[in-house]
Amino acid sequence: MLLEVRDLHVEFRTREGTARAVNGVDYAVEEGRTLAVLGESGSGKSVTAQAVMGILDTPPGRITGGQILFQGEDLLKLKEEQRRRIRGAGMAMIFQDALSSLNPVLNVGDQLGEMFTVHRGLSRKAARARAVELMERVGIPGAEERVRQYPHQFSGGMRQRIMIAMALALEPALIIADEPTTALDVTVQAQVMELLAGLQRELNMGLILITHDLGVVADVADRIAVMYAGRIVETAPVHDIYRAPAHPYTRGLLESIPRLDQKGRELYAIKGLPPNLTRIPPGCAFNPRCPIAQDICRTDEPPLYEVAPGRRSACHFWRETLGREKPGEKPRGKPGGEPGGGPGATSEEKADE
Amino acid sequence: MSEPILEMRGLVKHYPLTRGILFKKQIGAVKAVDGVDLDLLPGETLGIVGESGCGKSTLAKMMVHLERPTAGVLRYKGEDITQLSGRALKRVRRNIQMVFQDPYTSLNPRMTVGDIIGEPFDIHPEVAPKGDRRRRVRELLDVVGLNPEYINRYPHQFSGGQRQRIGIARGLALRPEIIVADEPVSALDVSVQAQVINLLAALQRELGLSLVFISHDLSIVRHISDRVGVMYLGRVVELGRDEEIYDHPTHPYTQALLSAVPVPDPLAREHRERILLGGDVPSPAHIPSGCRFRTRCWKARERCALEVPLLAVPAEFRLAEGPAKHPSACHFAEEKRVVPTAGPSD
Repeated sequence: MLLEVRDLHVEFRTREGTARAVNGVDYAVEEGRTLAVLGESGSGKSVTAQAVMGILDTPPGRITGGQILFQGEDLLKLKEEQRRRIRGAGMAMIFQDALSSLNPVLNVGDQLGEMFTVHRGLSRKAARARAVELMERVGIPGAEERVRQYPHQFSGGMRQRIMIAMALALEPALIIADEPTTALDVTVQAQVMELLAGLQRELNMGLILITHDLGVVADVADRIAVMYAGRIVETAPVHDIYRAPAHPYTRGLLESIPRLDQKGRELYAIKGLPPNLTRIPPGCAFNPRCPIAQDICRTDEPPLYEVAPGRRSACHFWRETLGREKPGEKPRGKPGGEPGGGPGATSEEKADE
Repeated sequence: MSEPILEMRGLVKHYPLTRGILFKKQIGAVKAVDGVDLDLLPGETLGIVGESGCGKSTLAKMMVHLERPTAGVLRYKGEDITQLSGRALKRVRRNIQMVFQDPYTSLNPRMTVGDIIGEPFDIHPEVAPKGDRRRRVRELLDVVGLNPEYINRYPHQFSGGQRQRIGIARGLALRPEIIVADEPVSALDVSVQAQVINLLAALQRELGLSLVFISHDLSIVRHISDRVGVMYLGRVVELGRDEEIYDHPTHPYTQALLSAVPVPDPLAREHRERILLGGDVPSPAHIPSGCRFRTRCWKARERCALEVPLLAVPAEFRLAEGPAKHPSACHFAEEKRVVPTAGPSD
């Protein structure tokens, strides 16, 4: 196994109290495979990735438990100096916003070349030659000339290609891509995703793709882990989850997106809001928004039940969820009275207090 | 067919590019919107899709008179309102309201929700007499699914989705006939997006509004719209009913755009043909000659560089009835289905 995260816990000290951002996350990535981590803002998907990369802001963040095994070694036991050597050479990260992740006062050739001068001890000239190679590899036309240009002289799609080039520079075994195409237009998004997936296959890298976009996941991932309030609520091979989700949250997400290939009626809307991380509800964190919640959901936190080999769901009623014919039929807003699917005001009020 | 409530004829918005500090000299223009003809019919939802920089937001601002067109005519119920100002403009504006993209910056943080939603009444006191305003605001809060007791709260006490509801309530306050919503859900999380889309659709239906829904998200636009216009570099390149555009597109840009959207169905991976466009959108300050899409089009020929294709039903589809018969600004329009047929999900 390339990377294994075991029972990871991360907290943030905030003025409102301790925000429990990650509450016991387990996931694993194999070589040459893509794991998609799906979640909305505040689900803990990026914080987990930052902990894996070792770039969590501490303080206010704090890893309070768990293990991060990279090629068998627990990264949390290493010294900062050792971790720095792994970053870049062993694993690399691609961020959402290329413009703010690149240094605006260095030309891209220097930034790409730095990977080789710092990690590989190459001369500046040799490093620049490698930078040009990399830029060609990620499909930047006119690399020979453009290597002297600055980030602002590139378009959004080209900048994201530079980010990918930088991540690939030392041919790491693992790439973590945090919303790599969210800031891009659809047609450019497709180009960049295609590039990333192609290079990943070619170099047999493991890829963790962090996203909120169910469409992107379906396009490239092998496995998917759905996060909610700092926990994984469902994990499965990508085909299974789209065919028959085993957690009401996943099911709600799938039902709430409009489809390109058919004109829908009213969309199913998950009522309410994700919880405040300083006050995660007892029991199942999703229970205040769940259409099938029972008493047990308000008191007992569900473990990750094994639904099938390689499939897990953190729902006491995963059997019922899997078996339900038509998802999300229960909590429709009454037509006219309260548009927006459900008594939005009252449930949102609770979440807000 | 009923008379359009809003007509756009040859709308153009150019922003001058100048050089020099003391002696400004115009050296060019950013052609944000470069000749748009569109009709908005009473009670319909018109969707406008396009990528960033295509001019969709500038077009929206012209519709609500926040930007004055460089050229062209805007008609409201047959009356030319392009050059209106003062009292006459105020009277028209009451009927055309806007909902903005960013619920975090479009609400004044120092005003209570009641004041924000009630502010339009200060400008148009004839809509609600003074004593009646609080009641009207409460009503509006209820209509958009917020607790009327929240009337004295401030925007920061609400989530993104709730703030967007406040923005919608403000848009509805004057009982307009037209709402122009510019990317109203793109700042929201997926699970909250659906709530706001359903709200807009229900309000449109119940109040009989004419809704212009602008978005870069093709799936959302299909969901909510009766008709859809696809924009590229300041022009509408294809226009039609939702199934005409999504199931029978004839413009290569629409086809590429649709084929690029990730579909949340892993089975579709194998069955899909992806049209990957080369390069980036050209700058609106340097629009290519002839067809503005030709620099990225795989079908481009000599004619495309010479002749500007007009938005009209292409000759080859003019005779036969069918879903391919809709306006498309391409010299070589042909039908091509790129969205996989709806699976057996229902």
